[in-house]
Amino acid sequence: MTFRARHLLGIEPLKPDEIRTVLDLSEHYVDLNRSPEKHADVLRGMTQINMFFEASTRTQASFEIAGKRLGADVMNMAMQASSIKKGETLIDTALTLNAMHPDLLVVRQPNSGAVDLLAQKVNCAVLNAGDGRHEHPTQALLDALTIRRAKGRLQRLTVAICGDIAHSRVARSNILLLGKMENRVRLIGPPTLIPARAADFGVEVYDDMRAGLEGADVVMMLRLQKERMDGGFIPSEREYFHRYGLDAEKLAYAKDDAIVMHPGPMNRGVEIDGTIADDINRSVIQEQVEMGVAVRMAAMDLLAQNLRAARAGDGGIYV
Amino acid sequence: MKTLFKNARLIDPEAETDALGWLLVEGGTILAIGTGQPPAADNVIDCARKCLAPGIVDIGVKVCEPGERHKESFGSAGAAAAAGGVTTMVTRPDTQPAIDTPEVLEFVTRRAREASPVRIKPMAALTKGREGREMVEIGFLQDAGAVAFTDGDQVVENNKVLSRAMTYARSLGALVIAHPQDPGLSAGASATSGKFASLRGLPAVSPMAERMALDRDLALVEMTGVKYHADQITTARALPALERAKGNGRDVTAGVSIHHLTLNELDVGDYRTFFKVKPPLRAETDRVALVEAVASGLIDVICSMHTPQDEESKRLPYEEAAAGAVALETLLPAALRLVHADAIALPRLWRALSLNPARRLGLDTGRLATGAPADLVLFDPDAPFVLDRFTLRSKSLNTPFDGARMQGRVLGTWVAGKHIFEGG
Repeated sequence: MTFRARHLLGIEPLKPDEIRTVLDLSEHYVDLNRSPEKHADVLRGMTQINMFFEASTRTQASFEIAGKRLGADVMNMAMQASSIKKGETLIDTALTLNAMHPDLLVVRQPNSGAVDLLAQKVNCAVLNAGDGRHEHPTQALLDALTIRRAKGRLQRLTVAICGDIAHSRVARSNILLLGKMENRVRLIGPPTLIPARAADFGVEVYDDMRAGLEGADVVMMLRLQKERMDGGFIPSEREYFHRYGLDAEKLAYAKDDAIVMHPGPMNRGVEIDGTIADDINRSVIQEQVEMGVAVRMAAMDLLAQNLRAARAGDGGIYV
Repeated sequence: MKTLFKNARLIDPEAETDALGWLLVEGGTILAIGTGQPPAADNVIDCARKCLAPGIVDIGVKVCEPGERHKESFGSAGAAAAAGGVTTMVTRPDTQPAIDTPEVLEFVTRRAREASPVRIKPMAALTKGREGREMVEIGFLQDAGAVAFTDGDQVVENNKVLSRAMTYARSLGALVIAHPQDPGLSAGASATSGKFASLRGLPAVSPMAERMALDRDLALVEMTGVKYHADQITTARALPALERAKGNGRDVTAGVSIHHLTLNELDVGDYRTFFKVKPPLRAETDRVALVEAVASGLIDVICSMHTPQDEESKRLPYEEAAAGAVALETLLPAALRLVHADAIALPRLWRALSLNPARRLGLDTGRLATGAPADLVLFDPDAPFVLDRFTLRSKSLNTPFDGARMQGRVLGTWVAGKHIFEGG
């Protein structure tokens, strides 16, 4: 087995082989999830805590279903309503939970790097479910699985990522993953939503959407994160949709068999036209949700194996 | 009683010389300096060919009294300074409450006298409560001993307020110290914009924010004729503006913190909050340009920007963690990195560490000259060590150099001829 990490904090530390290992195992869980008997017991006896410091519906549900199907005891903690409001620091919260001996900790936090910080203080496996604008590794893995299944490969593809790149952890993880797997990545968006020195990431940057979509195999739309906006990044929603919203006319610049992706939740009529999102010939948005559960099962399975090995005293697993 | 320092490498920043010789001290001042056969004395210190230099004058030390004495006190900061070869701490007014009245300043002076072995020269706020609205009693504060006026990292946004404070300060010959950083562009930023900050997903500020604010300040200097010092210039882009202002004969000087001379943005690594300083660490190209600017004399002063923060303020996600680093004890070995890298000669470095800051504040110290106060530091510039932050004398241990290999040990520190620190 080539997946040796203790935590899944980001795509950055993963090697291409490790990414392939997760995706290969995910295929197995896709099949399992489609069967009537959806249970595996690889996490039996283990406790999984989902700590979401930021509102989330789909990611939290996906992790919860993944954990339950693998036989873990899953607990959801709505951190916005809990002790953090009473002034407890992130580290104290982590130490408190750690004392309850969880095995898997799934964390979403609004600050970049906060999940790394938390992982240093606990002795269970930590999965990053999104930290600020930094990384969202399971999203990038599920996107990769979706692409690989639709295109039959995960290399030498031209992938256009469009929209609010600057505030997007999904974009960062995808840029890293697609780059590691030797794909050509383009970023499309108004310059106010493109991070500084993005061209240094090894990607091509476009502010003209039609030019950016030219010949793309994959079109990945991002949510325009209104809640993250300080205000003033774009003039208006309607101008944004006119210039950067995905509609049939703009999609025609991509390859004829290009697939359309979106991490959800979608703003129909802001970044994507509803008819495109619902076009079963082009859109793989529902499949992304399905792959999300499988990828999270695979990631937790692998981390649990490493955790067991480490606890059994088989030292070398921790890198 | 006469004390003789013999067999010393005398680092004279005024003459920019580095030569073996002896130095004679009597009554707290330097009585004579020479080479060859040393004179007789009551007390003879053999310096064993180590460096003897004027004590460091450090502009911008935060001592957390009043308000946050658990982070640093005059006693602990003074001990750290003595161990670091800093003989004058020029303290910041960004305390709680701010040092903005003669009464608070008197408290500081009294506490300093009681607790600190090194000299304390306090700065006062420029505006009341550092709020940028009304100027402080600049005259009274000057009479009470304030050596400069600054709102610290709180930028006075209102040009009218700042221009009036500068005009008034000019009439008193008072030095105004500013933190050139455009408040709008830098709001919420914890890193320098660039590839590193973008990949880490950290809110970032463009280096241009520093140049814009410096340009604004320099225009007001031109308008008012005030004596002006920029606390920290940290970007290459701000240097041409500084050079122009100096070329035009403005009474302008600039400083830089030791961290911006020895570290860069990549040192933050995996969100290491001890590397979070204000302004944020910059690109390597900026660092190199700053070192050159110190070597050429364009940047006048190197300071520690000593900012104690307790563990709780730093054990937070990077964006939320407090900014600042302690540096009184690491200033000297860190600065010597520039010498060991052949970027700057030792006497030239010492201009920025002692002579220039003393001159700028009108102090008599910072020199190795007959008649000057005997504020001295004896150090071995080559002695290697690995820094362990738990050996620091500050109450707060937030140094970015924990575990770093450094060279340069302080062997002894004297203030007004009095031996206040003996190192191993």
